[in-house]
Amino acid sequence: MSDRLRTVGADVPRVETVEKLTGDALYTGDLLLPGMLHAKVKHSPHARARILRIDTARAEALPGVRAVLTGHELDYRIGLYVVDKDILAKDVVRHFGEAVAAVAADTPEIAGEAVGLIEVEYDVLTPVLDPMAAIRDDAPLVHPDLGSYAYVEAAFSPQPGTNIAHRQLVRKGDLDRGFAEAEWIVEREYTNPSVQHVPLETHVVVVQWKAGDQVTIWTSAQSPFTVRNLFCTALRLPLNQVRVVVPHVGGGFGGKAGIHLEPLVACLSRKAGGRPVRLQATREEEFSLLPCRSALTYRIRTGVRSDGTITAQQMTMYWDAGAYADYAVNVTRASAYSSGGPYDIPNAAVDAYAIYTNKPYGTAYRGFGHVEFFWGLERHMELVAQAIGMDSLEFRRRNLLRPGSLTLTGERITEHTGDPRACLDAVAEAIDYGRLTAAEAEHERTTGRKVGKGVATLHKAPAMPSFTATAAVVKMNSDASVVVNIALMEIGQGCDTALAQIVAERLRFPVERVKVAVERDTDKDPYDWQTVASKGLILSGNACLLACDDLLRQAYEVAGQALRANVVDLDHDADRVFVAHRPEESVTFAELSIGYAFPNGNGIGGPLVGVGRYIAQGLTNLDKETGQGLPALDWTYGAHGVVVDVDPETGEFDVLAISSAYDVGRVVNPGLVRGQAIGGMVQGLGTALCEGYIYDQQGRLLNPSFTDNKIPTARDIPARIDSAVVETAQLDGPFGARGVGEHPMISVAPAIGNAIQHATGAELLHMPMRFEDVWRALRSHDPIDNWITETPVGSCRSDLPGGDATVHPADAVAHPGSTHTPEVALP
Amino acid sequence: MLISVTVNGDVFEREVEEHWTLLRFLRDGLGLTGTKEGCGAGECGACTVELDGRTVNSCLALAVEADGASIRTIEGEADQGRLSTIQAAFARHHAVQCGFCTGGMVMSVRDLLQRNPRPTVEEIKEGIEGNFCRCTGYEQIVEAVLDASGQLDAAKGVLRHV
Repeated sequence: MSDRLRTVGADVPRVETVEKLTGDALYTGDLLLPGMLHAKVKHSPHARARILRIDTARAEALPGVRAVLTGHELDYRIGLYVVDKDILAKDVVRHFGEAVAAVAADTPEIAGEAVGLIEVEYDVLTPVLDPMAAIRDDAPLVHPDLGSYAYVEAAFSPQPGTNIAHRQLVRKGDLDRGFAEAEWIVEREYTNPSVQHVPLETHVVVVQWKAGDQVTIWTSAQSPFTVRNLFCTALRLPLNQVRVVVPHVGGGFGGKAGIHLEPLVACLSRKAGGRPVRLQATREEEFSLLPCRSALTYRIRTGVRSDGTITAQQMTMYWDAGAYADYAVNVTRASAYSSGGPYDIPNAAVDAYAIYTNKPYGTAYRGFGHVEFFWGLERHMELVAQAIGMDSLEFRRRNLLRPGSLTLTGERITEHTGDPRACLDAVAEAIDYGRLTAAEAEHERTTGRKVGKGVATLHKAPAMPSFTATAAVVKMNSDASVVVNIALMEIGQGCDTALAQIVAERLRFPVERVKVAVERDTDKDPYDWQTVASKGLILSGNACLLACDDLLRQAYEVAGQALRANVVDLDHDADRVFVAHRPEESVTFAELSIGYAFPNGNGIGGPLVGVGRYIAQGLTNLDKETGQGLPALDWTYGAHGVVVDVDPETGEFDVLAISSAYDVGRVVNPGLVRGQAIGGMVQGLGTALCEGYIYDQQGRLLNPSFTDNKIPTARDIPARIDSAVVETAQLDGPFGARGVGEHPMISVAPAIGNAIQHATGAELLHMPMRFEDVWRALRSHDPIDNWITETPVGSCRSDLPGGDATVHPADAVAHPGSTHTPEVALP
Repeated sequence: MLISVTVNGDVFEREVEEHWTLLRFLRDGLGLTGTKEGCGAGECGACTVELDGRTVNSCLALAVEADGASIRTIEGEADQGRLSTIQAAFARHHAVQCGFCTGGMVMSVRDLLQRNPRPTVEEIKEGIEGNFCRCTGYEQIVEAVLDASGQLDAAKGVLRHV
């Protein structure tokens, strides 16, 4: 098949790259509207407090101030899945950095000065910071009114009277029997802190609320239709009065997936008499006003036989949702049904909780929970293998999903689902797993460092509603070029280029004749759910194929009349529709494009406009008690292999090489796939090695800047970073392709942790893994708490539920023949 | 205060507020929005421009400091719509994803290649370490710089099929 493809599979340069390279590309923050005002936000300095009084009089009196807003003026509540968030805090603040008031003024300086003049009096309360404490019976409630909130009932189960925003259960097989069949039971707990997405472009919004409640929103959003729909639901406006426009977006990674600053800025514009208002988040606001990735505590208990067969696995996830449910409830849902990884686990139970705390709230972030739980899962597989004395690669191979296996939700895997074994073997081979090369042995001798190698698997399916849909419109111009309209956002991932290639392939046109319209506009573009979940290539790709087919059908119909031929006898090339057995009988696409004219002037047809609609096929809701059902559009499997060298005295280490392999079904563009692979791996490196939120014990975020929250620079990338693909065609994917946007970030961290363990024996249970963490693990000291700290430099955790035996690295890794049931504060 | 600056070869005389940064002057005063603000604190490099032949974070320089200076921004990199060698290499090697860091990144690469026409991989990484990119993972940018400096043999990025 591949030799017949011309454009799909080719290394086409990105279609929008030139305007980005010249500085011509316009982003939301570059817009300048007549009369535009500038907004600033007043933040809460407390994690949990009652608002006793807000005095805005001095701010309002400042010359140049055009609107001041507080929460009590705004009778609206926002929520993606649980409707739990006020536009501005009312009566109580629930996290450090929360917006309590806002100002729109003639200049940013005046707005900033006015914000400083707003006086807020608080009654400071003890915050709920630790999710494990938040689910105890006596914990204060972050949302006492949880029972009265609207929520998406088909998918979520908030627990009123508790801090649990969602509980997801998955049950497969017979857990007790599975553990009874086990010869070994290994149990550990793995943790990671909240993390910031760090798109280079901070969130920015311009809104004009015009007379007659006609609202236009320009925003740096991943999902224009979701912004529009949630905005209209909250503000009680009809959809056709609100238009959302998104120009170029400077990175998203999930942080721009939902609705964020848009309602606040809209209300400021309305109060300012309809003048457009602009709000650009500062980098500091990006860390605490805007959402982050949720922290996770993941407890895994695995039953295994001495031959390496997993017989049972119990998994408990405690997701730190922060102050609002946002995407965290869906992260909880998606990670619960994926939590076993690409392994065949016959008897399994998952209990996953999204837990409200008084911290900045969690949202979608590349991998949607999988980066976090694969940290624990793939470290755990290493420890299980070690416990039973088996090579961990061999242990993984033995338990991988294969055709006929059932996933945790009961989906049967086929030979078309993808090949995790091929991915794992590819990375193991690439890093010379299981041996040291001569150069590596020499490196050990000359540096005194120990070289270690580790692998880790990964999988992910799009987390989305069962009926997720999209549409594409392909319009032909009179020179036979085409313009494609979609609402899937280009946020850097390359969808415009990949979809242009797919359209070019289907139409048999050169890709230069295909343009994907840059700016997305809910008034002009057809619906798309969201730009998330690595679902764009399959869903929008299929919609584009169908739109091309629709356009060709229209062209053939008119060509048939023009050529006096039946449609079945027609064929086409890049320029013409012709009679297949008499190719000289032809009409050009240019002649057909906007209506065909006969020599005498009679016209037929009309502008060629192809429409394609596609909706995920066959997916179901999950049973609320068992989690059984079909949630996965597709599974992309993959693996990472890592080589490290570690100083066994100090714990200092370097990542020397990362190797990756993903089963992408079909490579649409090798340059784009490599870009996702390498970019994702390096983002995964950041999460593995240095990034994370640190709070003091009052819940104040201590490191909301690049000074104290490092992200990888060019000097941090390994000397060798390579990517490979497996192509097991996805039957319902465009040309067999499936998404790979998120996957490269998953399982980088555990591969590094496994390699460090291989080199030194250090048993790491917490990520990020800093040098001092390795040093501590080598000396069996307590892990540094990266979560809530007495001092900015960290402190040891002493309050982990479950006692010492299950979590401390010093303890034996396995307990043959007996199980270990720690005290867990389950609700 | 009245300042006179040369930007991409054009002379501008403008009244600026004393507290305006060079970044704000370029964007709001001259409409040159290709230079981006990523942090406002001199840490991310998205606002990198050339000031009298040296790269600076324009969010940390005041506009009044640029009085009499010659500035080059990303808008001055292409010539009459023709991409420069660096830009063309970036396009070939997929060294751009979201594009928000790209302007500043290209300015840093330009500065590097002026000082060091055939940098090693390590020298390239050093040359762009002040420019954050959250999308690409830098590898394809390094390959583009190798290509732009005539070291195409070293710029071998491949996607293996297994």
